Amino acid sequence: MGGQGGGVLSDWIVALAESQNWAAQSTSVPGVAQRTGATIYYVEMMPPQGDRMPVLSLMPTPGDVDVVMAAEYMEAGRSMMRGLVTPERTTLIASSHRSLAVSEKEQAGDGIADSGVVVEATPVAAKRSVVFDMQTMAEKNGSVISAVMFGALAGAKVLPFDREAFEGAIRAGGKGVTQSLKAFGAGFDRTVSPVAEVAEPRSGKEFLEPPQSLKDPRLDKLLQQIRQNYPAALTPLLYTAITRLVDYQDPAYAQDYLDRIAAIHRLDTSLSGERHNFALTREAAKYVAIAMAYDDVIRVADLKTRASRFARVDAEVGKKQDQLLYMTEFMHPRMEEVAGTMPAGLGRWLENHPAVFNRLDKLVNRGRRVQTRTVFWFFSLYMVGGMRRFRRGLLRHEKELAHLNGWLKLVTETAPKDYPLAVEILKCRRLVKGYSDTAARGNSRFERVLQSVPQLIGKPDSAGWLRRLTTAALADEDGTKLTGAQKTLETAFEAEQPRVA
Amino acid sequence: MAERSFASEVEDLRLGEGEVFRGEGILAITKALLQSGVAYVGGYQGSPISHLMDVLADAKDVLDELGVHFESSASEAAAAAMLSASVMYPLRGAVTWKSTAGTNVASDALTNLSSSGVNGGALIIVGEDFGEGSSIPQERTHAFAMKSQMWMLDPRPNLPSMVDAVETGFELSEASNTPVILQVRIRACHVHGQFTTKANRAPRYTMQEALQNPQRDLNRIVLPPASYMQDKQKLNERWPAAVKFVKERRLNEWFGPDEGEVGIILQGGMYNSLIRALQYLGLADVYGDSKIPLYVMNVTYPLIDDEVAKFCAGKRAVLMVEEGHPEYLEQAVNTILRRRDINARLEGKGMLPLGGDYTADVLTKGVETFLEAHAKPLLGNRSPMPTAAGVLSNPKVKALADVVPQRPAGFCTGCPERPIFAAMKLVEQELGPHQISSDIGCHLFSILPPFNLGGTTMGYGLGPASASAFNVASKKKAVSFLGDGGFWHNGLSSSVGNAVFNKQDQVIVVVDNYYSSATGGQDILSSRAENERRSTNNSIVTAVKGIGAKWVRQIDRTYDVGKMRDTLKEALTSNEPGPKIIVASSECMLNKQRRVKPLFDKAVKNGERAIKQRFGVDEDVCTGDHACMRLSGCPSLSVKHTNDPLKDDPVAAIDQTCVGCGNCGEVAEAAVLCPSFYRADVINNPTRWDRGVARVREAVIGFLQRRREARRPVFI
Repeated sequence: MGGQGGGVLSDWIVALAESQNWAAQSTSVPGVAQRTGATIYYVEMMPPQGDRMPVLSLMPTPGDVDVVMAAEYMEAGRSMMRGLVTPERTTLIASSHRSLAVSEKEQAGDGIADSGVVVEATPVAAKRSVVFDMQTMAEKNGSVISAVMFGALAGAKVLPFDREAFEGAIRAGGKGVTQSLKAFGAGFDRTVSPVAEVAEPRSGKEFLEPPQSLKDPRLDKLLQQIRQNYPAALTPLLYTAITRLVDYQDPAYAQDYLDRIAAIHRLDTSLSGERHNFALTREAAKYVAIAMAYDDVIRVADLKTRASRFARVDAEVGKKQDQLLYMTEFMHPRMEEVAGTMPAGLGRWLENHPAVFNRLDKLVNRGRRVQTRTVFWFFSLYMVGGMRRFRRGLLRHEKELAHLNGWLKLVTETAPKDYPLAVEILKCRRLVKGYSDTAARGNSRFERVLQSVPQLIGKPDSAGWLRRLTTAALADEDGTKLTGAQKTLETAFEAEQPRVA
Repeated sequence: MAERSFASEVEDLRLGEGEVFRGEGILAITKALLQSGVAYVGGYQGSPISHLMDVLADAKDVLDELGVHFESSASEAAAAAMLSASVMYPLRGAVTWKSTAGTNVASDALTNLSSSGVNGGALIIVGEDFGEGSSIPQERTHAFAMKSQMWMLDPRPNLPSMVDAVETGFELSEASNTPVILQVRIRACHVHGQFTTKANRAPRYTMQEALQNPQRDLNRIVLPPASYMQDKQKLNERWPAAVKFVKERRLNEWFGPDEGEVGIILQGGMYNSLIRALQYLGLADVYGDSKIPLYVMNVTYPLIDDEVAKFCAGKRAVLMVEEGHPEYLEQAVNTILRRRDINARLEGKGMLPLGGDYTADVLTKGVETFLEAHAKPLLGNRSPMPTAAGVLSNPKVKALADVVPQRPAGFCTGCPERPIFAAMKLVEQELGPHQISSDIGCHLFSILPPFNLGGTTMGYGLGPASASAFNVASKKKAVSFLGDGGFWHNGLSSSVGNAVFNKQDQVIVVVDNYYSSATGGQDILSSRAENERRSTNNSIVTAVKGIGAKWVRQIDRTYDVGKMRDTLKEALTSNEPGPKIIVASSECMLNKQRRVKPLFDKAVKNGERAIKQRFGVDEDVCTGDHACMRLSGCPSLSVKHTNDPLKDDPVAAIDQTCVGCGNCGEVAEAAVLCPSFYRADVINNPTRWDRGVARVREAVIGFLQRRREARRPVFI
């Protein structure tokens, strides 16, 4: 891909072959593909016969490629799709890291392609494969991926040249030789003696394992409720939730949360929820916690001023001892956020008086660049973060609470009639995210999806339908797909022939 | 070329007699020009011939020693017109461009040039951007050769053949008084190979001699009645002269046995792929020894009737391997056969695909079909051919089609054009969608996700011109984009002048990034770099005002998304007549990094205080709605899964390649997205004052942080 040094790599390979008195030829079509697109560099090489030089091809032929080197995992997939990797002859050398395409990044939900499909296809397509994260290895060795890949090519021993010849090609190139050789060596070693890769789960998401007891009596009280009242399978989730909510607000807030979950769990039990592994309780435990830890100005200010965050930024940016690092935050508060941070009565009064509200908005509504590591700005954010203790009386909290209650009411009303649908209503909460306008759009899509609930109750595959609506709502920004999905839903039930996907 | 050095390539141009050149095809051609005693070279950059221009632009010393004049032409038309120096004088001249895009632009001058005829050799090197990875429509330069009667060379794609084609091309041009097109396909331009060099030759006749001894001949000027005579000369003198030269010098080649039941005629450029196909069929070895007679047309225009007739006579059937469409050669060969009543059956596009790349794979199938029909025994016992059919039908491999994403080209990391289109997208969110005409250049990537902006593209510098028809009273105005490259290539007159003259009520955005970026970062009139051989720093704003535009806004920092958005809105809602022109200027980041990075590293190394910026995302603040992605598409801004089990969707993340352009922050601010982004300013070599202030700040902040943390309940 553009910027990965494909040209350098093919130059090395050609130089290597020529240094061994082979005839070699490389071609490519860089052009616009250099600009973040993907391109193929193609190399052919063989020993000449006396002074008869071979006629080499300028394009690969499917089924006739000895080595395919892919500098990104989905590109390895693409090379297999194109028939360049075949089990009779191809050694596939691929980096397992991902560089996401725009189509994977722009979806509101999780658009990341499933690398598992490439994992599955590899042993089918390739005679032999060398796959590991060459990008990370390159970064660790202060070089670029092409050097690690060249090392992997040497280590794979598909070419009849020894390591010194490979290294000679790098030296002859003359640029960044030391780092390139280091990365080359790492790639070589890793290929010659593969380390058993720790099978990485698709994501490292794991709930916290609760301890037997906690020193702080307020927290221990919460913990013991979880231990006593819920199936063991749910305790890590509930424990994670209360740690989040205590961090977000205070132990009393976590108690409020547990009370809500307890009510749902009672309902769940009365509906023989154990047949569903208490799915209702489980999803409520997760999404009510997320809903209660809504993202507001106070939360952002709190997170932005923590020492742990400063340390994380330093590490991410790679700050060295002798450097200084300052952060600038890009904040754009609108009057809505300011009113939300006011006592509910005052905030509501302002919202009911648009003239005043809009005039204030003119004062407030602009981008603010906040330099968090200077005293003035830090103190300002610190104060906002400190407003946590008043949160329960603020307008935003009142609104969030109303929203939460309305949603849970729909869940508890639906559950006795259609248990799986109620579980899916809980999962719809995934649509609510973002700040400002993005949050408003998310909320409206959430409301639109839930509007379909009454017509779904008791219908075959009702939960599946709601899940498809949620997926459609996440697929695009303007909600076209959701409108389409809802139309499909209407016609499906009009015809009294529910389609099961 | 301001920001990239081609010093090592320039050294290759100095190679003397009997040395070995190793490198790209297009550079071999560049060297061949100097070996041929060329007096002047011009052209317009573009893939795949940019390197020819770039290297010569850096090769001032070599060119001066030889007395060769080099010019970066303003357009292909300007380059083609430059060849008129060869009309009266025995000067060898060469020009180059990307084809067919550039040939289209140049064709006015080419028509007149080929009518006048040339005295000195005139060579037009076209980089044929055809086939997979091409950025332009699939047309054939062949048509231009035929319509203007210029000769066309299509040499075998190896360095010695291409170098030879340059040298004999000049001779052919002189022998027939006709300009010659040397066609090189994109892969041949980029092929790495070697050839034995000759010493460079100074031109026999110099530009100075021509200027000091001006000559004119009414018969060479394209004006009746001379032009009628020129038309006769073309047919009666130049054509036969060319045929004679090609025949005598044996520019076309024959391979394989002298006799055979069947044979294959091919363009020179198809040779390597065809040999590979024959190899798969067991009919050739890897060194090119064919069992079937081959007639290789290194000259694809004019055809040498006698050679074709002789090759076909006595054969049952002949296959014409001709890439591209329509099948001009197949038609021409058929005509030759019919005229001479030769009964060999001619096969071609009936057995090969009508269009697309003729890869070894495609040719293998075509040749097999041909032999099936006309010479089955040659196929023998048919050893197995390479195929991926088996693996491609495996469900696990088929499943890849559902997951492997498209990877279209997009704006580079930190590109200054990204914020322009982010602003345009924000404007459209407010004012609704508009008719947007795009142009040629990097900015055309706006048509792709995530911006999805732009409805047409009509040609280089023609964006605003292509919005001309929409100059009617309406609630919405048409919007058009063009780059600085397109602006100077053609846009100033065809687009801006046209809009001013016709009082077009449209919004024109000139995307000015200081270079002709899409073609490799060459300097143009408005480039900001000082270039001692060119006049740069000519303002686009002054130019459009000079041509009569009234409503003109200059934006000096495109990353100011808010300002960009407001200016676009102002333009779209303005009641002033005539075009509203916004010149949005910021340096191409690719070139800026090439320029700035070494300076920065040096400053840090020397102990100077230097600030490096990059962006980051607070993963606990980001909610994973990806609204920022839909206004960015930056390669360094991606998404990743966090370890937070309470977050379903991946959050935004910025990697080490971030150059701190500022777009993320500006967009978050202008679009009121979210507070997740931060900019990190890393101060290298801080001063004592810096360190002192930092210590105080750390003390105060640290105290407050510890105070709050101490009050948080702890889960232990």
